[in-house]
Amino acid sequence: MKNWLMGIAAVGAMLLGTTAADAGRDLDQIKQRGTIRCGVQGPSNPGFGVPNAQGVWEGFNIEICRAVAITIFNDPSKVEFVPVTSQSRFPALTNGEVDILSNNTTWTLTRDTGVNRFNFPAIVFYDGQSVMVPRRLNVTSARQLNGATVCVQPGTTTELNLADFFRQNNITFRPVVIEALDELRRAYDQGRCDVFTNDFAALAAQRTLLTNPRDHVILPERISKEPLGPTIRQGDEELTNIVAWTVFALIDAEEFGITKANVDQIAATNTDPRVRRLLGVEPGMGTAIGAANDGYARAIIKAFGNYGEIFDRWLGPTTPLALERGQNNIWTKGGLLYAPPAR
Amino acid sequence: MNAPLPNVMAGPLAGARRISFVRGETLPQSPPPDDVRLSVTKRVVRTYFGTPGNAAITLACVLILAWLLPPLLNWAFLKATWTGNANACREAGGACWAFIREKFWFSVFGLYPFELRWRPATVLVIFAALVAVSAQRRFWSIKLVYAWVGTLVLMLALMGGSVLGVPVPGLAPVPTRLWGGWLVTIFLAVFGMALAYPIGIVLALGRRSERPIVRFVCVCWIEFIRGVPLISLLFIATFIVPLFMPTGVELDRLVRAQIAFVMFAAAYMAEVFRGGLQAIPKGQYEGADSIGLNYGQKMRLIVLPQALKITIPAQVNTFIGLFKDTTLVLIIGIFDFFTTLRSSLGDANWLGFATEAYVYAASVYFVCCYAMSKYSQRLEASLNEGQRR
Repeated sequence: MKNWLMGIAAVGAMLLGTTAADAGRDLDQIKQRGTIRCGVQGPSNPGFGVPNAQGVWEGFNIEICRAVAITIFNDPSKVEFVPVTSQSRFPALTNGEVDILSNNTTWTLTRDTGVNRFNFPAIVFYDGQSVMVPRRLNVTSARQLNGATVCVQPGTTTELNLADFFRQNNITFRPVVIEALDELRRAYDQGRCDVFTNDFAALAAQRTLLTNPRDHVILPERISKEPLGPTIRQGDEELTNIVAWTVFALIDAEEFGITKANVDQIAATNTDPRVRRLLGVEPGMGTAIGAANDGYARAIIKAFGNYGEIFDRWLGPTTPLALERGQNNIWTKGGLLYAPPAR
Repeated sequence: MNAPLPNVMAGPLAGARRISFVRGETLPQSPPPDDVRLSVTKRVVRTYFGTPGNAAITLACVLILAWLLPPLLNWAFLKATWTGNANACREAGGACWAFIREKFWFSVFGLYPFELRWRPATVLVIFAALVAVSAQRRFWSIKLVYAWVGTLVLMLALMGGSVLGVPVPGLAPVPTRLWGGWLVTIFLAVFGMALAYPIGIVLALGRRSERPIVRFVCVCWIEFIRGVPLISLLFIATFIVPLFMPTGVELDRLVRAQIAFVMFAAAYMAEVFRGGLQAIPKGQYEGADSIGLNYGQKMRLIVLPQALKITIPAQVNTFIGLFKDTTLVLIIGIFDFFTTLRSSLGDANWLGFATEAYVYAASVYFVCCYAMSKYSQRLEASLNEGQRR
């Protein structure tokens, strides 16, 4: 169904030439409207984007959008959140219902090219299919799982990735295939299978629901690569720059140890030219990317903190999801987050 | 007794097989009705244990209830948690009604700005009052239509802060994409039905029209709309229609969804009404013609009152279907009642209380649908005084 819906939207879009965006056209529209329309996962996505009891969107992906709003407008409230589903997200982006998707969309070749023509300015979360096992099995690597029974959802890429991984490593497994994630988790919890596989973030959410979450570990292997990041229409270099350098500012801030609490003090006293450029003490960088002002990074950090703080607030160990940083740590601490220098 | 009957079937049906039956002996006498003969206890015993078969069924039902009810009551009430947080719920082990309590207002108002919630609340109250009035036949008059139109305007003004693009002074504008919860479900269902009803009648009459073009247009509408799933209509209304709009013109997405709902419901209603029109005996049409009524008078005074009345069960069927179909608006990013609950399931602080949310949703839908069903039965009875059997 997804495909023909996409097809209709793409044909419609081509007929009217709406995707033929001129450079800067999207950004101009956003500025003219005074708000950026941010597509978020509906109905909700634990930790990444959920409306609270008051109907206000909260979560990791939400703050990414608000950070972009700070860069463009110097105001985190200039965002309209538009819920999209996995079926409607790409048509919504194509026809301009939303300006940016911040809903855990995986960056792939076909989404970056061809009829979709989307842009992925930066990666904000490295996800990937993972496996969870009971701690008592004393397994440290997925390669030790020869002959294991695996709880897996049918008909998804999850199932295919799993088969690929086991075949590649010349080991066998017996699948226990259940459609509903809740049922799958119960089966694992009752010991009907040794292994539970899904994307890392989703697996972590499911782990919190087990009888004894502490008795289960998520193994370090990532069976598939799922780099997630904000997605925009192709063809607007200015907006691409703004989104990319907003994310980079969050990563740089963590690398330099700039936090929500100390950002003002660091801006006032720090002499490191890299820090001074990032925070706009030495002007030029904000103007270069087309931000509202040179202090955009400082405003973002003051509002939400650096990447690590945002991660910890919504996904980290103190939250029910209790995700470890892993690949989502900055490069100096063994992760994959690496931002080009702001200079 | 068995003398051949006179052949009443002369003429065109002369060749048809004749069916004749004359009862030869008296029927066995029936016992008097139970309620004048037996005590209550005896009647109950007789009803439930009268035959071995009945006794077995009764016993089986009691056993099933005895097996189901205690754990159910235990879960829903005895071990349930009514206040507190998710951890309190997990410790108690029963139903977590605290979760519903926490998310209740979200399910009523959806994403509507929190501090402005008096506005949808007011609309809900006015709306409930109007429904209560409309349900009574003695208030049925043209004034009621005006009242509904007035309410619609008031609702748009209060909810959105503007009517047809004209801002209402003193009310901050709230775009429709922030409307949600019960309000959207009710809005889509009630105004969808109200608009689909007359359009459905027109389509049904059009399909039976003798003018080929009118008939063609109506048949196309009905067959096309019934031939595609509602979700694809919503999808087209949301993502394709805007591509064909002139630049600068933006039709609100809730309005687009509402139009899709109306078109969909109207096509189904049209076929319901057509069934009713066909059930009216030809004599009624001819009778109307013979006293010199024109087409409009004939339909309005003779045919439609009967056709609409006999199709009430099918109409309610369509309405209940439409009411439940409103949950599909999630695809266009609108948070109706059901979507707010599914959204709440993703709250990391309250993971794992899906059963409670679905029980709550099911009971709200059940109450609404059952009320519609009951009301329609009452209405049918009161409209059918003359023909009740």
